[in-house]
Amino acid sequence: MENIIEERIKKHITENDVVLYMKGTAAFPMCGFSAATVQILSQLAVPFQDFNVLEDADIRQGIKDFSNWPTIPQLYIKGEFIGGCDIVREMYETGELQEFLQEKDVPFNTTAQTA
Amino acid sequence: MAMNAEDIERMILTGIENSEVRIEDLRGDGEHYAAYVSSPSFEGMPRIQQHQMVYAALKGKMGGELHALQLHTSVKN
Repeated sequence: MENIIEERIKKHITENDVVLYMKGTAAFPMCGFSAATVQILSQLAVPFQDFNVLEDADIRQGIKDFSNWPTIPQLYIKGEFIGGCDIVREMYETGELQEFLQEKDVPFNTTAQTA
Repeated sequence: MAMNAEDIERMILTGIENSEVRIEDLRGDGEHYAAYVSSPSFEGMPRIQQHQMVYAALKGKMGGELHALQLHTSVKN
């Protein structure tokens, strides 16, 4: 059973440049940490695919095993695990996230001001 | 089942060599904390790995009894 879930995740994070596994959806986040991460991505105008783990128990647990990371949200850029809310926020504030997006040529709004 | 700040601090201190830990109770409900962890063993380690070390020290409590932990890691405080 395990690798079917792993295959689904791998397919998902390779077919989409930016994927946010979160509680709720980008339009209706259901947890503060997920909402904060959505806000950072929106401020940078990064197009991303949201995935509501509340609607898929297999992925909700599978993604934690896949990245060896115990919490949601989880951000993936070009198939790479970036981190949860704390790390994404820190990277955004230091400009590291913007640099990474540039390096991976993912489009974003370069004039966005940090909070 | 919640956790108290002392348990979180003790687990991180024992789990990560010569670390310094400060825990902040964000909501007083035993489930939402911030943790400031510094240790020379984080030297040269990407942030994700630093955080994974803290989660490993918490032995599976993270995401279970401990619902939310805002984590700030650094090599020295």
